[in-house]
Amino acid sequence: MVNAWLAGSMVAVVAGVVGFFVVLRGATFAAHGIPLASFAGAAGASLVGVSSVVGLAVCSPFVAVAIGLLGRRRRSDVATALVVAAMLGLGSLFLSWTVEYASEIYALLFGEILGVASSEVWLSAALTGAAVLAVAVLYRPLLLTSVAPDVAQARGVRTGQVELLFLVLVGVVTALAVPVVGTLLMFTLMVGPPAAARALVRPPLAAMTLAVGIALVTVWASIAAAFTTQWPIGFFVGVLGAAWYLAGKAVSALRR
Amino acid sequence: MTGFFGSDPVRVALVAGAVTAVASGVVGVFTVVRAQSFAGHALGDLGTLGGSGAFLLNVNPLWGFVGVGAAVAAAMELFGVQRRRGRDVATGIVLGAVLGVAALLLYLDTTTTSSSGVAVTVLFGSLFTVAPSTVPAMVALAAAGLLAVVALYRPLLLSSVQPELASVRGVPVRTVAVAFLVLMGVTVSLTSMVVGTILSPALLVGPAACALRLSRRPGVAMVVAAAVGLVATWAGIALAYASATWPPSHAGWPVSFFVVTLVVLAYLAAEVGAAVSARRR
Repeated sequence: MVNAWLAGSMVAVVAGVVGFFVVLRGATFAAHGIPLASFAGAAGASLVGVSSVVGLAVCSPFVAVAIGLLGRRRRSDVATALVVAAMLGLGSLFLSWTVEYASEIYALLFGEILGVASSEVWLSAALTGAAVLAVAVLYRPLLLTSVAPDVAQARGVRTGQVELLFLVLVGVVTALAVPVVGTLLMFTLMVGPPAAARALVRPPLAAMTLAVGIALVTVWASIAAAFTTQWPIGFFVGVLGAAWYLAGKAVSALRR
Repeated sequence: MTGFFGSDPVRVALVAGAVTAVASGVVGVFTVVRAQSFAGHALGDLGTLGGSGAFLLNVNPLWGFVGVGAAVAAAMELFGVQRRRGRDVATGIVLGAVLGVAALLLYLDTTTTSSSGVAVTVLFGSLFTVAPSTVPAMVALAAAGLLAVVALYRPLLLSSVQPELASVRGVPVRTVAVAFLVLMGVTVSLTSMVVGTILSPALLVGPAACALRLSRRPGVAMVVAAAVGLVATWAGIALAYASATWPPSHAGWPVSFFVVTLVVLAYLAAEVGAAVSARRR
């Protein structure tokens, strides 16, 4: 339980920070596709008996780069959708080889709060530190390429490289978040709180901090609710994330 | 081979897979031409809610898929009027909320009916467990979809390729768009029965994207797409049947894995072939 709490809090921090840029850049398709395609990594890890965080941490950066490179082509959506589907199919094959087929699939897709081991907490902490550090270092180029890509290019920022690095960051968040909230619902955690925060405050740093705060509240409430009701944590994360988004929309509509 | 065709689940799977492949090939060509593969993906994900709800109510999952698919498709056109970036975030949030509720329904399915395989059946499909009584309904839906495409063919094609020209010529572009989304909703419900909700976009978009690489003419592309889908589905069924004796589990590999992998391989082959022939020219 304590492990889940620690891991969940770290997930919330990273999801808030990186999710802020996901919303700013409109990179929602990548944020949805990377966790789905990384499903194969988690499934493969469970097949060979390694922690799913390790499998995800190995797999998701490659997936992120692949989706980033595919995204540069014309009509990238079809290619990306097919890569994602192929990876999901591969994941279901891996899991069909394990004994706990159905329950593993369910846990990986919709999350499982008791599925976090102590060793994974340390790994998660290291990944969290790396991700936050990377955002701190990349803060200015990321912000510039998100808001004014033309200006960034004129100033000599390498837009393509920043984009790829950013997608790798999304991959790292995936590795952290999938064991806790699941493949299908990680997206909501990464987009709901930042979208709400951006509707409430304008300055980027303040919005990012608020996004982290909202994500923390979401995860803590979801873990507590899932623990008391025994219902899947993904349900609470999905519904709360959407509720935050709607609340943010309502507030910004009232202000206008 | 007599064992293969003698088995009832295999025969049901072959028929269900064939009608689905033909319908999704035809509708898929328009999906790719209209660049609506994200909508196809969203319809599949949302179908999870219908499938899991149907299991809870003890109804055939096909009706859950169809009901949610058609309803959501009509509602989705409302999002389309907003600007693109906002629409993506909004669609994503709706997807997340619906999947969250679907997670709860799947959990309730497993606890109330003690059938732990529901999540796998809904999300990844299991063609061999399609009930024989579902097949006439699937055939009827596929036929209705094909008829709709034939009836709408010219306005649909014109409004897909040149929307401005279509509206000048008096084609009700908006109505055609809604009708097409509903058609996609019905088709995705068929592909969800075959390969499951989260793999269904592959069967909808993959053969069509492959066919459009080989031919620019929509009529030809539809025939090729249907053929590619048909071959992938039937070969997938045959491989899954044969895999019952394969290592490591001797329990058979999932049929959806074979179908999706074959579709993706066909697409890759078409990409490579198109690139090679373009270089030669």
